[in-house]
Amino acid sequence: MNNLLSIVTFIPAVAAVILALFLRGNDPAAQRNAKWLALFATSLSFLVSLLVLKGFDPANVGFQFVEDRPWVLGLHYKMGVDGISILFVMLTTFLMPITIASCWNVTDRVKDYMIAFLLLETLMLGVFTALDLVLFYLFFEAGLIPMFLIIGIWGGVNRIYASFKFFLYTFLGSVLMLVAMVAMYKAAGTTDIPTLMTFKFSHDPIVVLGMNVTGGLQTLLFLAFFASFAVKMPMWPVHTWLPDAHVQAPTAGSVVLAAILLKMGGYGFLRFSMPMFPVAAHLWTPLVFWMSAIAIVYTSLVALVQQDMKKLVAYSSVAHMGYVTMGIFAMNPQGVDGAIFQMLSHGFVSGAMFLCVGVIYDRMHTREIDAYGGLINRMPAYALVFMFFTMANVGLPGTSGFVGEFLTLMGTFQADTWVAAVATSGVILSAAYGLWLYRRVVFGALVKESLKTITDMTRRERAIFAPLIVMSLLLGVYPKVVTDIIDPSVGALITQFRADVPVEAQAPSTTAQASN
Amino acid sequence: MVSVILLAPLVGALICGFFWRLIGERTGQIISTGLLFLAAVLSWYVFLTFNGTTQHIELMRWVESGTLSTDWAIRLDRLTAIMLIVVTTVSALVHLYSFGYMAHDENWGHDEPYRARFFAYLSFFTFAMLALVTSDNLIQMFFGWEGVGVASYLLIGFYYRKPSAAAAAIKAFVVNRVGDFGFALGIFGLFYLTDSIKFDDVFAAAPTIGGETLHFLWGNWNAANVLGVLLFIGACGKSAQLFLHTWLPDAMEGPTPVSALIHAATMVTAGVFLVCRMSPLYEFAPDAKMFIVVIGASTAFFAATVGLVQNDIKRVIAYSTCSQLGYMFAAAGSGVYGVAMFHLLTHAFFKAMLFLGAGSVITAMHHEQDMRNYGGLRKKVPLTFWAMMIGTLAITGVGIPFSGEAFGVPIGFAGFLSKDAIIESTYAGGSIYGFTLLVVAAAFTSFYSWRLMFLTFYGEARGDHHAHDHAKESPLVMTIPLVVLAVGAVFAGMAWYNDFFGNVETMSHFFSLKEGAAPGAGAIYYGEANKVLETAHQSPAWVSLSPFVAMLLGFGVAYQFYIRKPYLPALWAENQAPLYRFLLNKWYFDELYEVIFVRAAKALGRLLWKRGDGDIIDGTLNGVAMGIVPFFTRLAGRAQSGYIFTYAFAMVLGIAVLITWMTIAGGTH
Repeated sequence: MNNLLSIVTFIPAVAAVILALFLRGNDPAAQRNAKWLALFATSLSFLVSLLVLKGFDPANVGFQFVEDRPWVLGLHYKMGVDGISILFVMLTTFLMPITIASCWNVTDRVKDYMIAFLLLETLMLGVFTALDLVLFYLFFEAGLIPMFLIIGIWGGVNRIYASFKFFLYTFLGSVLMLVAMVAMYKAAGTTDIPTLMTFKFSHDPIVVLGMNVTGGLQTLLFLAFFASFAVKMPMWPVHTWLPDAHVQAPTAGSVVLAAILLKMGGYGFLRFSMPMFPVAAHLWTPLVFWMSAIAIVYTSLVALVQQDMKKLVAYSSVAHMGYVTMGIFAMNPQGVDGAIFQMLSHGFVSGAMFLCVGVIYDRMHTREIDAYGGLINRMPAYALVFMFFTMANVGLPGTSGFVGEFLTLMGTFQADTWVAAVATSGVILSAAYGLWLYRRVVFGALVKESLKTITDMTRRERAIFAPLIVMSLLLGVYPKVVTDIIDPSVGALITQFRADVPVEAQAPSTTAQASN
Repeated sequence: MVSVILLAPLVGALICGFFWRLIGERTGQIISTGLLFLAAVLSWYVFLTFNGTTQHIELMRWVESGTLSTDWAIRLDRLTAIMLIVVTTVSALVHLYSFGYMAHDENWGHDEPYRARFFAYLSFFTFAMLALVTSDNLIQMFFGWEGVGVASYLLIGFYYRKPSAAAAAIKAFVVNRVGDFGFALGIFGLFYLTDSIKFDDVFAAAPTIGGETLHFLWGNWNAANVLGVLLFIGACGKSAQLFLHTWLPDAMEGPTPVSALIHAATMVTAGVFLVCRMSPLYEFAPDAKMFIVVIGASTAFFAATVGLVQNDIKRVIAYSTCSQLGYMFAAAGSGVYGVAMFHLLTHAFFKAMLFLGAGSVITAMHHEQDMRNYGGLRKKVPLTFWAMMIGTLAITGVGIPFSGEAFGVPIGFAGFLSKDAIIESTYAGGSIYGFTLLVVAAAFTSFYSWRLMFLTFYGEARGDHHAHDHAKESPLVMTIPLVVLAVGAVFAGMAWYNDFFGNVETMSHFFSLKEGAAPGAGAIYYGEANKVLETAHQSPAWVSLSPFVAMLLGFGVAYQFYIRKPYLPALWAENQAPLYRFLLNKWYFDELYEVIFVRAAKALGRLLWKRGDGDIIDGTLNGVAMGIVPFFTRLAGRAQSGYIFTYAFAMVLGIAVLITWMTIAGGTH
């Protein structure tokens, strides 16, 4: 079984094809069949991915489960996972069945909806497993399409505006990345990612359009990739597409967008920017640090004044992604481990936060915070779940939210205390906006007439949240399940990075840390 | 055994919180209370049989990353043992008391279950607090630290229908987070310097840290000092010290047993515990210690002045707590950590009792909390009266001065021994500022404590007749805890005086201190040069006597004001109107913070949102895109959704073309 990864990746696509070809009609029975098939396929993909996890050897820092076949036009179909990517695969396969289950009540063009999600899963998995530049680009870009459609067809009133904003933002970044990939191919003569990761791109200064470019080709390549990943992350100040996209997206779309799609940027940094362009990455670290720190404070403040629940959660997502970029560019074990951990944790927690919003949106069809209040009186179970994830979002120790935040901050402190201090103030702001949201929605007396008949979560809804609660607790109480897998690969990445960056170019604090 | 103590409350919380529907509310309450009593008994056993050797019990691995390695682990030493008995004893008694206090609550309807939830929160709090005090490393301590914060949040907001309660809960959590901001940075700094967050490693490295320079923010600082201050900021948040104190009075929105347990006896002392725990570090951080004395003494003074004029019985006691915590910090900052722990211990008894007593009064008066509507309750609730009396005698520091030499220990109520020890130590530590403020605060303490007693229990019945007519003594489950705590308030000082302060030899044995031992060998650490304790024992007579005189003075004025000439307070309030309003409004901290933090943050958030995201970022983007977005919007707005598939197809095609071009172009190169 050396094609496990392909099986995991393409099960959903196969299911999508079956749906497209064989399912006819739009009656309730057909809708039910579409949902069940989608649920089955995503669950199957998850089960098979467990086999991958089981067979994965964390001590081996190279790529595992590698498949390499000739493909069209002399290209290669190459896949594989290492300690950094495997957990993103797991995150995706774990969350997709939950996502499918969360849209059980959708009645509008169900078949197409399911096809979109199934294709999306395949494309997202492809991003995390592709080991060839072209293949990666295909998955990375094509992943936009289903998401674009999910927002554009099943979204809210302003869905067209949001989906085009989303599309333009990300596509502009992608074009630059594509150009960079061409340049990389010209320089290295291969599109094989593992080879490129050890290839030393030139960092001799060059002159472009009369401007002296320190770091030379590496800087140019780095910036091109950065444009794409920063948008995907999203980093401040190219984050404004995200709140709009979230607000217009249907609940399940928001879940996938926040929980998985955003992680492609962080994954890209770890897979491309750091190992392939270390000198440039090092040069641009201060910029990334400050963009991250500003993102955390800026978006947290903005979250504080939102009136739309989804917008609030979306802004909080941007803030949380700020910790990720900061941790990655700190380039020490705590920073990078923390960044990966934060991405995984954010997958569970922000996904759950959007689901929480979805639960009451399904009942009241509004996301206005002011339309709610006193829900605890009629929805005690919901109040409990919402409280749990609010606290996880706030980064309470014992939940997964804490570990990532704490580690990235700890890593950043070693590199730059200013950035760490500014970013740490985010823990105050996150508590403020998180708890204030909770208070306005859940606490208080139930006075609004429209809420008097609202019902608590159904069994299906509880079942959706249960695995997410288990994962956030597990990762918070016993984070070793994650760190054991990522730590060796991260260690190798950092060792290589430090070897590639000339010693004189390293910041004094980094040197001090290395000698400790 | 310590693991059992630690986990029993958690089990109780889970059973009571999640399974009460199955086993019934009452059974849930009984189980959680029973488990707490079990923990308390075991704690006393551990405390009394503790042999002085620090023990480490590893439960499970936790956060690991690179060289960072954290366990769920228990550290059992004298400090832990002291905190164990304080936390579990008070918690067990509060659980018991809550049977009575929470039996009927007008905030809930008849069929609404709330008791099991209350008990589950209480037990969960106790678990988090125990995790904090038994921690073997800083990150687990941080877990407990934030855990108690959440429990406190949930309990303050227990009456979630009241907007004031929900607001107070958020305030408590967010202000605490400000402290945690400092605490977290302190932990990062310690890890940066020592490559570990385990107490043993940090303590061993403390002398090195004391000689190192840390570049932090804009300058280079002595590492021990800057880390000491950062950790202390964390302590300030949790222990409601000046500038981060505003949440504590508001926290009185929670049910009274909560105030007794969390906001008097245990959680708020966590900051003091942190400073004592980190004594090896602070011994190398003289500037940080001085800072602690200044903040501690200032808080003691500030809170006492505010306490003078408050009318809500719980708020008086809340400010009193704030003030007493300042005393503890003054002691710790002076370098006598044992004395700080001593006051922490005695304070836990008498302050918990005052709160529970206040709760008993409040119950008797049908949830009236304004002391202006009390009066003459002595006869109505005699047992509560006597308990409160003992608490007042203890907090004001009643005892026989200079009786120590004759009897081996000074004779007096608990507060007499511990507070006088603090004042002597602060003098010996060389802080005249601290000494002066603490003595003045002692006079104020005496005044507001007696004021509370006189207004509540003496004089004429005021306010609603109906409430007074129906006032009756609380049931046994509420008075038994009062009696137990009263025993502590009377004897705790005398019983442990020598262990904490009185006798250097006994104290060294108690805390396992050895001459010339490395930092971290004993439960606390006194540096070579730290002779404050010895100096304190040789304080001049006037220093030792000053708190006693202050206490008498406070009592005398209060007696004059509220018994002999009850018209005086109103007169004074009128004559000194600006000062009175200044104190009544708590030095206007809340108003100030509302403007400079809350409103500013919201205004800034709005500005960044509308101007930053809206005009600047999106504006620029739209400009760059030259109206592409509106164009597409118009186009697509008219189009059926089917067109989107066409666009999608175009996208795929575009990508395919680009890739083809790329491969061909690359291949020919």
